[in-house]
Amino acid sequence: MMKRWLPYPRVSLLLFALWLTLNQTLDPAHLALAAVVAVVAPLLGSPFMPVRKGAHRLDHILLLCGIVFIDIVRSNIAVALIILGARREQTRSGFVRIKLNLHNPSALAALACIITSCPGTLWVSFDPQRREMLLHVLDLIDEEEWRDIVKYRYERLLVEIFE
Amino acid sequence: MSGASIPLWAEWVVAVLLVSGTGLAFLGTIGLTRFRSFFDRMHAPTLCASMGMAAVVLASIVYFTVAGQRLVVHELLIAIFVTMTTPVTFTMLARAAYLRRLESDGDHFPPDARTPSRDT
Amino acid sequence: MSPLLWALNIAHVLLGLAMLLSIWRTVYGPRAQDRVLALDTLYVNGMLLVLTLGIRTGTTHYFEVALAIALMGFVSTVALAKFLMRGEVIE
Repeated sequence: MMKRWLPYPRVSLLLFALWLTLNQTLDPAHLALAAVVAVVAPLLGSPFMPVRKGAHRLDHILLLCGIVFIDIVRSNIAVALIILGARREQTRSGFVRIKLNLHNPSALAALACIITSCPGTLWVSFDPQRREMLLHVLDLIDEEEWRDIVKYRYERLLVEIFE
Repeated sequence: MSGASIPLWAEWVVAVLLVSGTGLAFLGTIGLTRFRSFFDRMHAPTLCASMGMAAVVLASIVYFTVAGQRLVVHELLIAIFVTMTTPVTFTMLARAAYLRRLESDGDHFPPDARTPSRDT
Repeated sequence: MSPLLWALNIAHVLLGLAMLLSIWRTVYGPRAQDRVLALDTLYVNGMLLVLTLGIRTGTTHYFEVALAIALMGFVSTVALAKFLMRGEVIE
């Protein structure tokens, strides 16, 4: 019963909260409308939702969010300094190939989003045969350093969360 | 000209957030015009869409919360939406640019760069 | 003039200049992906400008405009990137 009407409980909860935030209200009428949206929208969308093993381990997810937030702030400052021309001479950009152990498509998508949302690093492509990703770095000093950052800072946590 | 008036400390908080956020967005756009190669240019607008956007949204939240005497959070939706969509568009654009690559764009592509497979 | 008004003036000028710069990049390319990237930047800067306008006038009506601009920016950039990748949008 529960499975039939609420196939994606987390999506439903998000839609409920989204509707109420969008309307800035806790009016009973809007609560009812939000409930209708939260039930109907996932049912209509379920043919398009790929069935995948979702994320678990909330503590690791929160840790990852914290790490990503710190990295975004830090790389914002770094890229702003590069644009201002503070250290223009040494800056050299380039591509790095990194072999990954992740198999879950959601984990790969999460890694792509994390890497791209930090200014200064950009996920370019992924080769599923060789399990290699191509990364573009604005301030490439040491390729090994970036390999270590991706492997130990993000990939280890993503493995814990998704696999 | 301005709507509701707010206390001076809140004005300073909003002012600092606004100037730093729009300054970062401006810097990001400067980078877009100044960098030499396409993949270098792709890094710059992330500044506008991450910290620049976050600071302006925070300024808006502080202003309307103090002016209206109640918590106004619906600007957070913009922040969440932009944070979630920017990496998606940028990875798609980077992939498209990589598939259409030319050495004359000014980027130094890796020597064994073969055409990436298209199904991810 | 209050600090908030000063900050708003500075913010408007900076965002206006940023929009002009991204229009310059949209016009002068040199390649199609540069134009798409510049168009996306133009959308983000326009959205920030509308948000700061909302603070200046003190009304929350601008919020919907900003959200609509953000949505359209996302959809149009994805469609253009897809077009660059495969030569067609819907397959």
